Amino acid sequence: MALDKPYLDIPGTTIFDTEQSRKGYHLNQFCMSLMKAENRERFKANERAYLDEWPMTEEQKQAVLARDLNWCIQTGGNIYFLAKIGATDGKSFQQMAGSMTGMSEDEYREMMIKGGRSPEGNRYLGEDGDAQPHRQPQGNSHQVKES
Amino acid sequence: MAYISASVYTSHVPAIGAALDQGKTEEPYWQPLFKGYEFSKQWMQEAKPDVIILVYNDHATAFSLQMIPTFAIGTAAEFRPADEGWGPRPVPMVQGHPELASHIAQSVILQDFDLTIVNEMDVDHGLTVPLSLMCGQPEAWPCPVIPFAVNVVQYPVPRGQRCFQLGQAIRRALDEYDEDLNVQIWGTGGMTHQLQGPRAGLINKQWDSNFLDKLIDDPESVAAIPHIEYVREAGSEGIELVMWLIARGAMSDVAGGAKPRVRHRFYHVPASNTAVGHLILENAH
Repeated sequence: MALDKPYLDIPGTTIFDTEQSRKGYHLNQFCMSLMKAENRERFKANERAYLDEWPMTEEQKQAVLARDLNWCIQTGGNIYFLAKIGATDGKSFQQMAGSMTGMSEDEYREMMIKGGRSPEGNRYLGEDGDAQPHRQPQGNSHQVKES
Repeated sequence: MAYISASVYTSHVPAIGAALDQGKTEEPYWQPLFKGYEFSKQWMQEAKPDVIILVYNDHATAFSLQMIPTFAIGTAAEFRPADEGWGPRPVPMVQGHPELASHIAQSVILQDFDLTIVNEMDVDHGLTVPLSLMCGQPEAWPCPVIPFAVNVVQYPVPRGQRCFQLGQAIRRALDEYDEDLNVQIWGTGGMTHQLQGPRAGLINKQWDSNFLDKLIDDPESVAAIPHIEYVREAGSEGIELVMWLIARGAMSDVAGGAKPRVRHRFYHVPASNTAVGHLILENAH
């Protein structure tokens, strides 16, 4: 009998459960290695070569090279581990979180100052909140121009 | 005997530590947040705890995915502030309390909570940011601290009910300790926040407010909140709030004593991606 995973119907959210953790083990351990300054230097000098030292999938490596955190998470990455890539790139946690929404840094920061993202419409898949799949990516630069 | 004099609850957002360390506390963005902790710093000087049991979570710092302890107690004599990728925070070394920590480990394991005993680890912002908020920027922290790390990174994290019961077990462990010690227990993390995916930035003020009300007056009902409610209503990282229940479970009223006195309550949005909540509850003496 399968495990109950009631959290699969929350939009824009991936829960880092044991299955995601199993898939992402080497990706996350690669991220962990960036805690050491000498590893950060080696990674920055040749990202591809450094990634090739890890038994990660090609897709995971592409996701890291693209700095696409949503893609990284889809392949088993966890945000607290992925944050080490951001630290290596000199990014704040807010810049990293914002990058997953499609909003510009200023737009995301402004949303937080105004009280953050509302849970209304964002609790269940199929509602119409701004985190729903049919409303991605967010942010002005992605808005379809009315003709 | 050792006794819990008070419990403290606070968020532990890393950007708060960075703002403090970089001298930004008077900037308009940060000023309202730090103002909310002015009372707390004063209160700490009067409360003079002998030991703080500090419940927090490690953020992929001391614990990678190599090993994932659900509950871990630090029994070392000292703990170094960790380098989380930006260099270690310029804060004092954390002095432990190995005697009390190992006493708690022995007592609590015999009460069926299978703690992991940690004799060497660095401590990250989850532990040092609450100390900075409550103590400011001293040369040394005011008293020994027992780090108590809870896994809230990999799902499933321990249930709220389990955390609440663990707090009760810790209180019983203190009852059995010979030396007279004034102990505070702090629960940290939260409140509503989500750091990942298109739903990043979620804040739920109404839910947070209700959580604070209930944590004060009806902690049993908070302990009954299932994981799915945290994730849906408080954001995927809001589930850190289960750690507050360890501190709340250690208060006297849960064991039939008097209701705690609310000394301070504060709430502010935002600190970076997060809603900041803070409470000080004192046991009657």
